[in-house]
Amino acid sequence: MGILNRLNDPYEGGGIILGTLEDILNWGRAKSDWYLQFGLACCAIEFMAVNAPHFDFMRFGTIPRTSPRQADFMIVSGTVTLKMAERIKRLYEQMSEPKYVISMGSCANCGGPYWEYGYHVLKGVDRIIPVDVYVPGCPPRPEALEEGMIKLQSMIRKEAIFNKRKRLAEEDKLNTLEYSQNSIEIKERV
Amino acid sequence: MTANEIYEKLKSQFGESILEFTDEAPSDPFIVVQSNKFFDICLFLRDDETLAFDYLVNLSSVDYGEKLAAVYHFYSLTFKHRIVLKVFVPRDNPKIPSVETIWRTADWHEREAYDMMGIIFEGHHNLIRILNPYDWEGYPLRKDYQTPEEYHGMKVPY
Repeated sequence: MGILNRLNDPYEGGGIILGTLEDILNWGRAKSDWYLQFGLACCAIEFMAVNAPHFDFMRFGTIPRTSPRQADFMIVSGTVTLKMAERIKRLYEQMSEPKYVISMGSCANCGGPYWEYGYHVLKGVDRIIPVDVYVPGCPPRPEALEEGMIKLQSMIRKEAIFNKRKRLAEEDKLNTLEYSQNSIEIKERV
Repeated sequence: MTANEIYEKLKSQFGESILEFTDEAPSDPFIVVQSNKFFDICLFLRDDETLAFDYLVNLSSVDYGEKLAAVYHFYSLTFKHRIVLKVFVPRDNPKIPSVETIWRTADWHEREAYDMMGIIFEGHHNLIRILNPYDWEGYPLRKDYQTPEEYHGMKVPY
C-alpha cells in the first residue's frame, strides 16, 4: 500500500518508483495467479470453503479457471487415483509456462491413508508432475491452504525471470542425468 | 408378509431351486437360491401380486474363498416387507443371470460387482468395468488379489 499511496501523492514521491524490472514483474505475477479448478476428494470440500466468502481466496488475486490454458497454477486437492493421474498429467502439460503446482492434503502428498493397501492410488502426485508447495493435513484447514498460497506467492516473488531459461536448461540437464541413472537402475532390476 | 412366508411361497413355486432359509438375528433373514433359475425367481418376486418386490435396494458381492456370492436386498414399497437373496457360484465359473431387465437399478450394481469381484452377469447389455480403468487387470475385491507393481508406467506400491 505504501507504494500506491506514493504514486497517488504527486508532492511526496514524485510519481516515481525505483526497482528492478524483475522485481516489478514478479510483483505482478505473484499477485494475480489464476488456478485450474478441480477437486478430487474430500480436500475439495475444504477447498470450496477457501473459495467461499468466509476465507475469500480471491483476495490473493486468484481466479478459478476451467481451462488449463488460462491457468497459472494447479491445486491438486485430494486422492490421486491411477485413473485420474493420467488426466492430471495431461492437464498439467496443457498449462502454459510458467506453471506451478500446490499439492493439497496427505493423499496428494504421499498417498495418505491409502499408502499401503490402495491398489488404485498414486502414492503422491509428485510421481507424475513437479510439485512446488505441499500442504499437509487430512484434509488441511482452509488457513493451511492459504498459508500454502502465501508460500507460493513468496516463491514467485523471488524467482529469477531473465536467467530462467539458462537455469532451466541446467536443471533439465541434471534431471536427465538423474532420470537416465534411474532408468539404468530399473533395467538392472528387470 | 414375514420372511418365512415368503420362503414358503417361493419353495412351493420353485421347489428344488430354493436351497436354504436362514433367520438368525442380527442379520436379515436370507434365502439361498440356485443360479440357474434365478431370473425366473426374481421375475416372480416382482410380478406376484402378494409379493410385489418393486425395489432392489442393494446388490453386493462377497468372496467366500472357494465360492463367490451375490447378495440381493429386496423391498416392497407396496407391502413394506423385505427379503435377502443369496446366490453362490463357483470361483472358476462365476456366472449369474442378469436381473437388469427386471430392476433398472441392477444395471450399474452388476457392473460394479463384475468390476470388483469378477462375477459375470449373463444377459447384461453392457457388462464393462465401471470404477476401474477399462484396461485394468484382475478383480480388486477378491481376497487373492495382488496389487500390481505398476500401471501405465506409474509405480503403484509406496
